[in-house]
Amino acid sequence: MAGRQILSRTRRLVLSAGMGMAAGVLQLRPVAAAELPADLLAAMQVFAQGAAVREGRVVLEIAELVDNGNAVPVRVAIDGGAPATAPVVAMALFNERNPQREVVVAQFGVLSGRPEFSTRIRLATSQKLVAMARLQDGSCWFRSVDVIVTLAACIEGES
Amino acid sequence: MARTRISLQGDPVRGVPMEIRTLIAHPMETGYRPGADGKVLARNLIRRFRCSFDDGARTQLVFAAELFPATAANPYIAFHFTPPGNGTLRFVWEGDQGFAQTETLAVRVA
Amino acid sequence: MVMAQIVARPEPADPRRSGFDFMGPSTQAMQRDDDRNPGMLWVVDGEALWSREPANGGKACIACHAAANSSMAGVAARYPAFDAASARPVTLGQRINVCRQQHQRLPVLAWESPDLLALEAFVAHQSRGRPIAPPADPRLAPFTEQGRQLFGQRLGQLNLSCSICHDRSAGRRLGGSPIPEGHATGYPLYRLEWQGLGSLQRRLRNCMAGVRAEPYAFGAPQWVALELYLAQRARGMPLETPAVRP
Repeated sequence: MAGRQILSRTRRLVLSAGMGMAAGVLQLRPVAAAELPADLLAAMQVFAQGAAVREGRVVLEIAELVDNGNAVPVRVAIDGGAPATAPVVAMALFNERNPQREVVVAQFGVLSGRPEFSTRIRLATSQKLVAMARLQDGSCWFRSVDVIVTLAACIEGES
Repeated sequence: MARTRISLQGDPVRGVPMEIRTLIAHPMETGYRPGADGKVLARNLIRRFRCSFDDGARTQLVFAAELFPATAANPYIAFHFTPPGNGTLRFVWEGDQGFAQTETLAVRVA
Repeated sequence: MVMAQIVARPEPADPRRSGFDFMGPSTQAMQRDDDRNPGMLWVVDGEALWSREPANGGKACIACHAAANSSMAGVAARYPAFDAASARPVTLGQRINVCRQQHQRLPVLAWESPDLLALEAFVAHQSRGRPIAPPADPRLAPFTEQGRQLFGQRLGQLNLSCSICHDRSAGRRLGGSPIPEGHATGYPLYRLEWQGLGSLQRRLRNCMAGVRAEPYAFGAPQWVALELYLAQRARGMPLETPAVRP
């Protein structure tokens, strides 16, 4: 077999657009609060503990095209770090289409020193993800993105 | 006892945040999946993770997380820790079916 | 006076691509970093088993083999190897079981059992980075040839052979996922689809089910023949155990 180049990211995204999925873009498409379904907004409100939820400040790092939805690496952080006057107290991840909205709710102690965490999550299908941060002054921020999940092509029953 | 792997990124320095990476072997069965016989497999999840630091005088929280079925199997959790001095890090994972595991790691600052 | 010019010709680059190259960057990072690689949990388990004295009072692996990072270095890279006693090739997992029976007086570990996978992962990990080097043993030749034929044989309701997808169509896509070249460079490996570590046999059984063929039983000689052929096909590529794959 002759040498082949690894498929370029651009070509992969164009192919997924051709398959009828949400139009692939060269970066994660930001999602406005107005596009989020009611039950997802409700879960966000619980985390916000009554505070207004504003868009921005939160960094959500995740592959735009996921190899397998069983284990998707994510990193949640604060753009530029939190202000010293209002450190981050908690951060959370929510999803749109898994059976349950919550993914993880994290709490930062005094000895943390950096408001970020990384983990691996399960995504049942292509969907929106929301990352949130609650600061010590009660203010709440969120960022939302669209993620495309590909599935194993060769359908294999375990035998 | 589930197998764990805990790694401090670099040498601890007083007052300098450093990343801790943790791995634990656990199936994280969601409670939504059917088994080969069609019956739903019982939920078996780690629900809580907690990292605290004991400097000999008191224990303080570093990082804690509540986990849900959307956490992948064999959970990987990475976070930061700012050592105030020498002491012991304590890692606790707890969850369904009485699962409870603790690991400790001594910390010596430069 | 004519000066002969010595022109250094660059080595032709290896056109073969490991499954690693077909993955997204975050999955690659998962494999590359031992702190993130879930397969390392099995390697750590295998390391514990290596030194554990069996309950029957027999010897632990370490008693004969000492430190695995020296005694096992390069071993997995030259498996499957010919076993004179049974007059046929054996895989690394089969060799571990032969050791258990003959030298430790212990029962064999079941296929895909956690302990067998852990020991296999631990031993193979000692060869990580080394080129795959199937032995030039003439006794292996007929079995390697059997493996080559199995690789090219159409099977199942979908009537596909390994070669049709992994030689002819490698680099193209099936249902949105890239088709890799099918080099067994990192086994046992952590497959995201399994949410756990598994053997080459398990992966190949999945392939056969995928083309709607009845998979050969665990431990069948066809798997050994295929593994031998795959080792030849991947000769020189670095071992990656424990690899991570989607």
